[in-house]
Amino acid sequence: MRKQFVRTVEEVLSNDKKSVLLLGDIGVFGFRNSLLKYPDRVYNIGILEQSTISLAAGLAMHDFVPIVHTIAPFIVERALEQIKDDFGYQKLGGNFVSVGSSYDYAALGCTHHCPGDVGILKNVPEIEIVVPGHPEEFDRLFKQSYDNGRPTYFRLSENSNGESLKVKFGKANIVKRGKKATIIAVGPMLENVLRACRDLDVTILYYTTLNPFDSDTLKNNASSGTVIVCEPYYSGALDYDITEALAGRNTKIFHIGIKREFIRQFGKKEEIDELLGLTSENMENRIKKLIKS
Amino acid sequence: MIRKIIEMSHVAGEGHIPSALSVLDILWVLYDKVLDITPANIHKTERDHFILSKGHASLALYVILAEKGFIGSSALKDFAKKKSILGGHPDRTKVAAVEASTGSLGHGFPMAVGQAMAMKIRALPHRVFVIIGDGECNEGTVWESVKLAAHHQLSNLRCIVDNNHSSDRALKLGELGMKFESFGWHVILVDGHDQEKIRKALCTKNNGRPIAIIAETIKGKGVKKMENNPEWHHKSPTAEEFADIMNQLK
Repeated sequence: MRKQFVRTVEEVLSNDKKSVLLLGDIGVFGFRNSLLKYPDRVYNIGILEQSTISLAAGLAMHDFVPIVHTIAPFIVERALEQIKDDFGYQKLGGNFVSVGSSYDYAALGCTHHCPGDVGILKNVPEIEIVVPGHPEEFDRLFKQSYDNGRPTYFRLSENSNGESLKVKFGKANIVKRGKKATIIAVGPMLENVLRACRDLDVTILYYTTLNPFDSDTLKNNASSGTVIVCEPYYSGALDYDITEALAGRNTKIFHIGIKREFIRQFGKKEEIDELLGLTSENMENRIKKLIKS
Repeated sequence: MIRKIIEMSHVAGEGHIPSALSVLDILWVLYDKVLDITPANIHKTERDHFILSKGHASLALYVILAEKGFIGSSALKDFAKKKSILGGHPDRTKVAAVEASTGSLGHGFPMAVGQAMAMKIRALPHRVFVIIGDGECNEGTVWESVKLAAHHQLSNLRCIVDNNHSSDRALKLGELGMKFESFGWHVILVDGHDQEKIRKALCTKNNGRPIAIIAETIKGKGVKKMENNPEWHHKSPTAEEFADIMNQLK
């Protein structure tokens, strides 16, 4: 997905003279050509994330479209107030593209983990949140929304689904219809959900835009009364949206995601998946168990 | 204008009067003599730009915006009321002449750096002015901004430090001018209540570097009981205090 990010932004930089890329000393090699080609619109700003976000807001005041890129915790957690005040409160448009989703940098420890990003940003009104599950989906979603005048967070993941879907910004995809439960699969969780549910009579809804949340698609496809949310970050970030969408209905909500605990082990992402019960086999067993219960 | 500031705070029961009074002379010179910003060009980007990074001094900004015709003087009466366009901190979504919604310190300066970069990208000749406080200088983003502006040679940027020494009770800042200079800024020290000297400092020509104007000011300047008195930092005068201050200002 990172390579696609470079390709997509290179294209945007070429076509849109209002676009400005600000790197937090991350992705500098990937964007080496752009740094040379557009010295006035592509900057390796350095490791000062808070000021980078404010600086981006200053650019946005002059009708530029800033694209800020660094590792997730340094955007979302370190510079949260800048995102809230300088973009959200001020109604300015800009893009924040993170790498290192959840524990993609498993071996680097908790300082470089960020499973809280979606839940944290859900508490900033008017911030759009996009979690693509495939490089092509990033390309589509970014091009559909990057210059819409609103602040948008794009969460790049190291792992991707095998195939891309024709995703549309702000809309969920109905992947499969069934009777026993509605599974909400977010971004790169779809691959495992599809495998786990291949023989199950369930509805699968695929969400890549989490804010604004597509309430209608859920409302119209949740008649079973059971919703299982499979999300690649701390569980529960969508609960407010789900309960609002299904208000007045007798619905059970279950979560398959990341527990709110520090991951105090190192290793590879796949090893942490196993530790947290997020392998496809584990997910299949858990989904089947939940449907039976 | 001092009387108006006191009155607004008294009526609203809100506002940081001493911070507004320390910066009032600087703001007046900016809007009266220096900035190429008028009610007619306020919606254009091709003009000078100004950010009050120490947004809690908003009372001073508001009386000047009213004086210069950016907002109606009737708006001042509603300061900090429920449907007012003028809050305790300035809000850019409500007043066109407010460039940035500030309040949390350390945001306006890096936004001004972004504005200066935008002007540089577009090769526009206009300048960006930002006022920060010495207390605000404790924020790390201030020094990040100092470094960024010097590195990118933003000679169109002017940072005025309202050095009213409110930081002294917490962290002593030492020689602010030397600090800016060591990062590569051109530094001018000025009496922040001498309007002619302020004007000269603000009109210093570009010399390839961003310019820092360290203005020595008195917090609460003009109202004896407030001058350098921390008790008044975020306090509005009672009816009795209001009458007393107005008598003093006659």
